Amino acid sequence: MGDEVTVSTVAEAMYEMVKQYHGKKNLKAMDLTKAMIEKFGGDNCDKQLCKQAIRELIDSGRCTYSYVGGSYIVLPPT
Amino acid sequence: MAAKLRETPLIDELLKGPWPSFVKEIKKCAQNEKNERGSARSNDLLGVLERSYKETIGHWKHGGIVGVMGYGGGVIGRYNDLPEEFPNVAHFHTIRVNQPSGWFYTSDILRKLCDIWDKHGSGITNMHGSTGDIVFLGCATDDLEPTFADLTALGFDLGGSGSAVRTPSCCCGMARCEWACYDTMALTDDLTRTFQDELHRPAFPYKFKFKMSGCPNDCVASIARADMSIIGTWRDDIQIDQKAVADYASKLNLENDVISRCPTKCMSWDGKKLSIDNSNCVKCMHCINAMPKALAPGKDRGATILLGSKAPIIGGALLSSVIVPFLKIEPPYEDIKELAEAIWDLWAEHGKNRERVGEFIQRIGMGNFLEQIGLEPRPEMVINPRSNPYIFYDQDQE
Repeated sequence: MGDEVTVSTVAEAMYEMVKQYHGKKNLKAMDLTKAMIEKFGGDNCDKQLCKQAIRELIDSGRCTYSYVGGSYIVLPPT
Repeated sequence: MAAKLRETPLIDELLKGPWPSFVKEIKKCAQNEKNERGSARSNDLLGVLERSYKETIGHWKHGGIVGVMGYGGGVIGRYNDLPEEFPNVAHFHTIRVNQPSGWFYTSDILRKLCDIWDKHGSGITNMHGSTGDIVFLGCATDDLEPTFADLTALGFDLGGSGSAVRTPSCCCGMARCEWACYDTMALTDDLTRTFQDELHRPAFPYKFKFKMSGCPNDCVASIARADMSIIGTWRDDIQIDQKAVADYASKLNLENDVISRCPTKCMSWDGKKLSIDNSNCVKCMHCINAMPKALAPGKDRGATILLGSKAPIIGGALLSSVIVPFLKIEPPYEDIKELAEAIWDLWAEHGKNRERVGEFIQRIGMGNFLEQIGLEPRPEMVINPRSNPYIFYDQDQE
């Protein structure tokens, strides 16, 4: 059995993904969720865990919401 | 001292006539000496408006990264594309404030809300926006957090915007109306509190609106405006006071004004007694509205849940269609919450960007949608009977 996937682990992976796509593609909450479930596997990571990870990212200020014809999760403006 | 008002000959035309004018109100804000910043913003707003009337184009763009910490909604970024000419409205964001259910306020709380807005913003409000929220028009980016802090200290929260649950709203229901078939205000308050995360943290393909109407009169027009319309109804017989009907008969032309207007012709009047074939009543409310002292909704009350309406943006306008024909609406409202969550789960995963739930159902088909959310098809879900009476089955399906 592998290591337990924590909220912080998922948040970190999500942050890396947002950083990687910054300026190239806007990502919605569900885009991140689907990617994390694929990355960590459905047995280790579910929608609820991803929801908590997004909350952690937003509340810490590492990411923020933007509205560009839809709501996306992006890096905060510098 | 307030600055000299901008020259606005075109929009001044809107001051003429007996009706109230938004230009007059903006000019009052622009001359408010107690709110110097607000008056400067209002004055520039007049200038932008005049310019738009002259050029017949808008000078606003919306969206971007603007809001308060931790929230993905409640603030709609508005930027003016002529910031050098109108610097006081370079940022002129809209703040949506979650209204109380049924829009009931004390005069004291209204004064306090206005004081907050005079302190931080333009002083211009929109009571209420089409979403139902209290709308504060014209906030600079730097004033958003202080406004939010003062609002929360007063017990108010931001409403919804973006791809999220929008601020649930309802008619005044049992607080003021004898036709309310369930407590719209209690349900609205409960859904708002339950779905705080879905309201403030956008996670859907597009917006999702709940609107609660207490009876089929649908005073908040939920059937045309809400993704999930919860409309009060009854499933037993309309209550009739025959003596009161006779009184109406002496004043109204019952045949012309009531009986002949019944859409399913389920009523008859023999000069002494009103009869209703309740099995054919479609709850249009016309007879009850025409004779409120004689008729009333039945006693076995609840609501019909409908899904999928929207005003047009991508496709055409849609009205909601029935998804649950009758449901008793009682706390803790678990049935409604579980249904909403099942719908979100499916739509969030498979919906396209900016695709409302009604459009999603049209795309994947009602049959597939029902199967995925675990609801059985019911005859009441059929919007129109099929026009072609011939049904062809494959050989192996016969």
